Formats: sequence, structure tokens, C-alpha cells
Amino acid sequence: MATETLPSVLVTTDWVAQHATDAAVRVVEVDVDTTSYDQGHVPGAAGWNWTTELCDTLVRDIVPVKKLEELLGKSGIDNKTTIVLYGDNNNWFAAWAFWQLKVYGHEDVRIMDGGRKKWLAEGRDLSTDKPSFPAKTYKASGPDLSLRAFLPEVQQAVAGKKAALVDVRSPQEFTGEILSPPGLPETCQRGGHIPGAKSIPWGKNCNEDGTFKSFDDLKALYAAQGITGDQPVIAYCRIGERSSLTWFAMKHLLGFKDVRNYDGSWTEWGNLVGAPVEKP
Amino acid sequence: MKPEHYSKRQQELAGWPVTIETYKLGDIYHCSIANVDPGARFARADGATREEAESRAIEKATRYLAQTRRFEV
Repeated sequence: MATETLPSVLVTTDWVAQHATDAAVRVVEVDVDTTSYDQGHVPGAAGWNWTTELCDTLVRDIVPVKKLEELLGKSGIDNKTTIVLYGDNNNWFAAWAFWQLKVYGHEDVRIMDGGRKKWLAEGRDLSTDKPSFPAKTYKASGPDLSLRAFLPEVQQAVAGKKAALVDVRSPQEFTGEILSPPGLPETCQRGGHIPGAKSIPWGKNCNEDGTFKSFDDLKALYAAQGITGDQPVIAYCRIGERSSLTWFAMKHLLGFKDVRNYDGSWTEWGNLVGAPVEKP
Repeated sequence: MKPEHYSKRQQELAGWPVTIETYKLGDIYHCSIANVDPGARFARADGATREEAESRAIEKATRYLAQTRRFEV
């Protein structure tokens, strides 16, 4: 997005370069490839591992509240801290972290527009030092489940058509030609999509440099598929991280009131016995 | 430190388009490979030279991509 139109939930790489070590700011890298942080990160940034620190590692679920409070506390974050998230793949898991922080009520959380990709392409400083932070106490609120869709709500959306479903996976995943993104493990028994879902791949939210498209372009993108924000919307992908990015775009860039992320996504629906599947 | 010798290109591996991104940080070359669609990084490697880092990453990526099946729709 152009700097002059950045909403409060987005910051530029320039802003991060100037404020990354401010006492009231904590920059955090969250990647799909959890080794990316070790290959160099924004100086002063913490690194969170989504596979161990941003989920429940026993039950399939988002991070439990106590675990999140501990993670934030040891990252030197309290309830007043401005958290700036960024990561690889145009911020997929940065958006996943953003979504969970909003579920648990953090007030000031932002995303670095363009993510790791833009920072690298601009040749900005990288550090391999792992900073340590003075521990703080964090008290989460929520969870705000109005931001999250569970299976029964998705089933109701299919049956009653009261909520729009947005499938943000690639067209090949949507049609069932492939069961997972190329090179990644297949994690479902059936290919295709949830009946009635509209295909709006996550990448259409972004420009080539990884930044988000303008408000007008995003509005037109969703309106072209009948998604205008005047009815509830549920976004899904394979495991819920790409749909976090689309959730972010619809909820925080377009301002749609009722947008939920279905983090069960295709790894839940595509493995359900008897669940209806539409192809292509 | 500033990343040096940054490069990004697209090519096909095992029948799939991928993006290969490489840069040098300190004495180490870092290479990562992502599928073009949807854009997920799925293989990476380090090396003392660009060629070493990229050939290791490409070997891994080719192995992983070979396991992706295509279904008729």
C-alpha cells in the first residue's frame, strides 16, 4: 500500500528500520520456514516458531492463553507494547500471529507491509544475533471467538448460505488437482473445496513486492466475487495461516465487520467422513 | 550486516515452477526455494558458495516436489 494510505495496522519497512529498537515496540519475525530467522532477521527482532509457540502442541488448537502470556512475557512484551509482526511468504504466519493476538485481545499489533521479502529485496541490515529481553508480565483477554470459525459454523454456512465462504488456496488446490502446495506433504484425504466457496487466492491481496494492494483494489477484488462485507464471511485455506492473511485484509484493511478465520480449514474438511466436497 | 549478492529467479523443478532466492550474509550463502503458487518456502540450504547453497537446496526441493501428485479434475 502507498505510505500515505497505510492504515494503523500496517507499517512500512522504513518505519521498522527507524523504530525496531524503541522501548515501546517489539518487532517479531514469524515464518513458515522456521529456520528463516536464523538466516538473518531485522536487528532487534524476536523470533517465534509457529509450530511450537503459536499453537497447542497436544490438541489441535490455537495457542493456549497461558502459553501465549508466557511467550509474550519472555519476549519483553506487555499489554501496552506495540507489536510489529513480519515473516516470509508475504507474512502468512505473521498474519497467523496477528489473528491470534487479536483473538486474545492485544490492542496495538501491526504488520510490516511486504514482510521479510521486501526487507531482503531492499538490502536492509540483517542480524543473526538472538536478542534477549527483560521479562514482562502479560495478561491476555478473550478469547474473542467472533474472529474464529469452527466446523459447525462452516457446516451451517454451507447449509444456510448465511455466510460467504472464501477459499484462499491456489486454483489447483481449489479444484482438487493437487492436495497440498507443491513440495509440501499431502495432509488430506480428498481434494476439492467446500461447496459454495469462492476462490480468491491469498496472493491476489498483494503486490509483486509483497505489500498489500490498495483499499480500492482490494475492494474490487472481493466485490467481483460478491464479497462486499454486508454479510458474514468465513475464510479458509489448508491449515489456517494463508486465510489469516485474507482475514487480515478483509477485517483490517477493508473494514468488513464479521469476518472469521476457519483455522480447521481443508485439513479438517478434507478429512471428514461424509463431508460434501465440490469439484472443480 | 547487509545481505550481499541477493538474487531471485524462477525456474522449473520436477515439473513445477519455483522461485530460488539466494543471498550472502557474512561468510555464508543462504538459499531458499518456494513454489510459485501458492508461494510457500519448502526447501533451503546453506553453503560456502552460491553454487553449493543452491545445488543443495535444489536437490532437496526436487526430492520433495517428486512426492506431489497431480489428480485429474
